[in-house]
Amino acid sequence: MPDRACDVAVIGAGPAGLAAACRAAESGARVAMVDDNPNPGGQIWRAAAGTSPREAARWLHAVKASNVEWIAGARVFAAPAPNRIALETLDGGCELEYRSLILATGARERFLPFPGWTLPNVMGAGGLQALAKSGLPIEGRKIIIAGSGPLLLAVAKFMRSHGADLRLIAEQAPQAKLLAFGLHLAGHPGKLVQALGLRTVLLGIPYLTSCWPISAQGSEKLESVTLRRGRKTWTEPCNYLACAFGLIPNVEIAVLLGCRMSVSGVAVDEYQQTSVPGVYSAGEATGIGGLDLALAEGEIAGYAAAGRSDRARERFRGRESYRRFADALEQAFSLREELKSLPQDDTLVCRCEDVTLGRVRACSGWREAKLHTRCGMGPCQGRVCGGALEFLTGWRVGSVRPPVFPARIENLARRAGT
Amino acid sequence: MDDTVRLLVNGTPVSVPAGTMVSTAVAMAGSSLFRRSVSGEPRGPLCGMGICFECRVTINGRAHCRSCQMACETGMEVRTDA
Repeated sequence: MPDRACDVAVIGAGPAGLAAACRAAESGARVAMVDDNPNPGGQIWRAAAGTSPREAARWLHAVKASNVEWIAGARVFAAPAPNRIALETLDGGCELEYRSLILATGARERFLPFPGWTLPNVMGAGGLQALAKSGLPIEGRKIIIAGSGPLLLAVAKFMRSHGADLRLIAEQAPQAKLLAFGLHLAGHPGKLVQALGLRTVLLGIPYLTSCWPISAQGSEKLESVTLRRGRKTWTEPCNYLACAFGLIPNVEIAVLLGCRMSVSGVAVDEYQQTSVPGVYSAGEATGIGGLDLALAEGEIAGYAAAGRSDRARERFRGRESYRRFADALEQAFSLREELKSLPQDDTLVCRCEDVTLGRVRACSGWREAKLHTRCGMGPCQGRVCGGALEFLTGWRVGSVRPPVFPARIENLARRAGT
Repeated sequence: MDDTVRLLVNGTPVSVPAGTMVSTAVAMAGSSLFRRSVSGEPRGPLCGMGICFECRVTINGRAHCRSCQMACETGMEVRTDA
């Protein structure tokens, strides 16, 4: 028996999830919104001591004002029956029954292995920002930001404004591609202002294109990073390396439910409905497209899931223009081939089970690697190494089985007993 | 209402503002090592969003808690690997 029931269940409380929950609720549906985090907002609107951007505050307020049931600190680990998901919370678990489901599960950073990437204080770009937003003192700390994508600039801006000693930003993409992308920005005034605002804040900090880290050094924690740009190789001492090579969509729950995938993420139709009737997906889970696209998709999914396809259609045009921006983004920041030679044979690729790239490369595919080396068999279930190996070897993580997240035995047993 | 939370990290008292994540409290207590990997390597937080499980610690005797997803509570006892 389910413990709770609703018309529309929204998984994920980032921008897409908030927009979806809001629109579904205002259309008269009973909505439940679930998120792994203690607070809504997702990664991008993760509260930094009460300083959420105005747009975030507007959506957070709208959801609070509607009668959306907010289930915090809960993660989905199984789908035990049709139209039902099993959740694990800090102090227990529950089952939630829905008529429609909206997967707004967002994205995670793509990490690429290089010698030393497992040292403490080598983190994701968003990873270090999340810690800093939660209160980690970064004032005066030497930080290098590296990898690829616009997130690096947003994180740099945050670090700078919180007094970090930002040494440089290493962007792997070549300048020519970024210039072409800059021209595209001109067609999106809001984005242009955003980019210009960043430039002022980042004045004086080297933004090095065609540059990337080749190794990190330190005994028990990070002490320095070695970078390469063209033929030049040099080492910079630092306290933190914030490093990520773009984003990858979180599709595990969609795969578990049998939703078809596209090349970019969860495949959806014009109403954001997946190949499984009644299951929708919105935001980064359907492909990396940024905030505006996530909001538009979330609104469409929310309206459609609540039976208001007329209202959903009104958002189609806006979504189209944001999609073009997303395409340009992908072009500009595509990962270069040279990054495939970053890890050595003895570099760990699976951090959960400490499996080296050399051992994984001796296998013919993802499944064989799992069976023979335990790569991807640890608690992260391949969420970190899967993204790396997809780029390094072209393997795609195929099957997903419950529990899709490590779950406590009492929650698994509870299900088995019902 | 008191907006300071007091907890123990490896036996050392730490005071943090309410809403601070456990991962941050551990780092503020001076520890960059959160756990040892299966082959004994030092590890700390990577993703900061509950995906990678590198920041897991023992909280109030319960092992394998993702410290980046849990807010600090007064009286909490947090243990990292040595």
